[in-house]
Amino acid sequence: MEPIRTLRSRTVVLAANDIDTDQIIPARFLTTTSREGLGEHLFADWRYGPDGAPRADFVLNQPQARGCSILVAGHNFGCGSSREHAPWALSDFGVRAVVSTQIADIFRNNALKNGLLPVIVEPGAHRWLIEHPGAEVTIDLGSSALTLPGGETARFPLEPFARYCLMNGVDELGFLLERAAQISAYEARSALA
Amino acid sequence: MTAPLTLFEKVWRSHEVVPETADTPAVLYIDLHLIHEVTSPQAFTALRERGLRLRRPDLTFATMDHSTPTRTEQVFGGAPIGIEAAARQVRELERNCEAFGVELLGLHDARRGIVHIIGPELGLTQPGKTVVCGDSHTSTHGALGALAFGIGTTEVGHVFATQCLLQRKPRTLAVNVHGRLSAGVGAKDLILAIIGRIGVGGGTGHVIEYRGETIAGLDMDARMTVCNMSIEAGARAGMIAPDETTFRYLAGRLRAPQGEAWDGALERWRQLPGDPAARFDREVDIDAAALEPMMTYGTNPGMVIPVGGTIPERTDDPVFAKSLAYMGFAPGERIQEHPVNVVFVGSCTNGRLSDLRAAASLLRGRKVATGVHMLVVPGSQQVKREAEAEGLDRIFIEAGAEWRESGCSMCLGMNGDLVPKGHYAVSTSNRNFEGRQGIGARTLLASPLTAAACAVRGRVTDPRELI
Repeated sequence: MEPIRTLRSRTVVLAANDIDTDQIIPARFLTTTSREGLGEHLFADWRYGPDGAPRADFVLNQPQARGCSILVAGHNFGCGSSREHAPWALSDFGVRAVVSTQIADIFRNNALKNGLLPVIVEPGAHRWLIEHPGAEVTIDLGSSALTLPGGETARFPLEPFARYCLMNGVDELGFLLERAAQISAYEARSALA
Repeated sequence: MTAPLTLFEKVWRSHEVVPETADTPAVLYIDLHLIHEVTSPQAFTALRERGLRLRRPDLTFATMDHSTPTRTEQVFGGAPIGIEAAARQVRELERNCEAFGVELLGLHDARRGIVHIIGPELGLTQPGKTVVCGDSHTSTHGALGALAFGIGTTEVGHVFATQCLLQRKPRTLAVNVHGRLSAGVGAKDLILAIIGRIGVGGGTGHVIEYRGETIAGLDMDARMTVCNMSIEAGARAGMIAPDETTFRYLAGRLRAPQGEAWDGALERWRQLPGDPAARFDREVDIDAAALEPMMTYGTNPGMVIPVGGTIPERTDDPVFAKSLAYMGFAPGERIQEHPVNVVFVGSCTNGRLSDLRAAASLLRGRKVATGVHMLVVPGSQQVKREAEAEGLDRIFIEAGAEWRESGCSMCLGMNGDLVPKGHYAVSTSNRNFEGRQGIGARTLLASPLTAAACAVRGRVTDPRELI
């Protein structure tokens, strides 16, 4: 995984609350056996009309969304299914961070493992971001802060280990594999119990 | 003396390989890893890419359910699986299980079924175990007093390689349910009411423990229905303290401990219920006696009202308005008597024997209304056999419903069992998200009893009118 320290981008806004993973990537695209290429199907049922043509009224199809890597979404983003295809689709599309007031547990875990930042901000900053699509913001992992165009900052919580992994490009599996001796000791202990 | 602990805390603590610190999450040991065809392929690929072996194939167990056909001729008759990509996924799981030494209940196996139905059914799921699966409805297994939660595919790979996960300890939420459920009101109505109360994000960051005399009075099938939908309230896991009902359910099951091992297990399991003085981070109280048959009217499971109720009015909420527009409903409208096109009975929420019995009890001697397509999909091949032994299949078929082989089927439509665009489907499954059961499908979540009543009348019906 590539280390991430800061991210600077204009935002794209999907204001709806409770955007579930079935919207992010509908189940019919889960028959894939690879992680690649899912960006094409991101938000498929919102993005494309019945004829398969992009809907002009959907924000991700609009010219101003091009190049935006920060998605600002309504409360409780990523609820529903555990499909990691959701963060894979977002990453493949070019999204590097999702900003909300709440992000569902499994989606957040999956996102972190794919270098997609789950950023939880206070309702005030969130409201401002929802009302100002296209705002140029900076997300800094070291200080756990999102800086708005006017210079105001919104702090966001980030679990220290996740931060360490993101900033150093460390993958969790390597960390777990280094615990092999402790895992073996646990297995011996619980077999005796 | 140690501090009083909840059920969750006892299971968590006994699985800490390394406890969490300020800087690092806990290393949590996993006792049972269930896998299926949809969320495992990329995890096997990751193992191969790193040249790793599967640490504990003996604690890993595979089945296929999400994208498998339910038509008998496609399962057993040699007819091809309708969707080529699904067929490929099934073959890939077979190859991966073979290569890594994982026991697989394949397409033709008599023990196959939806992963969350067969775990408990085979006795693999047991009190006090940690259970994970790349599927959010893994919360189902918490009904037996296990700590069970859904994980993503990267985490599936972590468990493959190390039998462990890095986890921060979640907070605890007690849902205390008191009072007697009235006739025609069951576990599905209860959990829908709970989700309506705490909201689809209300349980985020928490493990729910369902408690109180109402919960203690539920049979195991009903407890699994309740725990299954914990994720619909945002909680990754839901648990119920194991008791005599749990032990009776497990006794004699294929993979449950036998003989002396059973006695030892019972002794351990009896220690699992939370200490009386244990505290939860949050508590919610629910009056079961006041509940009525429930049904969703919108596009998430929290948008739920009694079948006889009225859709709320929320002004200045464009998302709510969009949801109702998708459903073809208006604020202030009643859903009762609304025409229904499709009825689906099945899924990991309501695909167990008692669910099929409930639906059959209403269909016996009645017909599915003209124009309604009713699909009954047992949760496992064992459920199917048991239902057939009781003659439930005849009741469904004679009523005009389709009786299929087991699988996830129309809950998410991956296998081609879909609700047509614009059609109203009363479904015993767990998610009414936009497009979940097919592009443009309009899902009304309800209990098996309510679903059967709607099938008979061809309209949204309170089952108490027919019992």
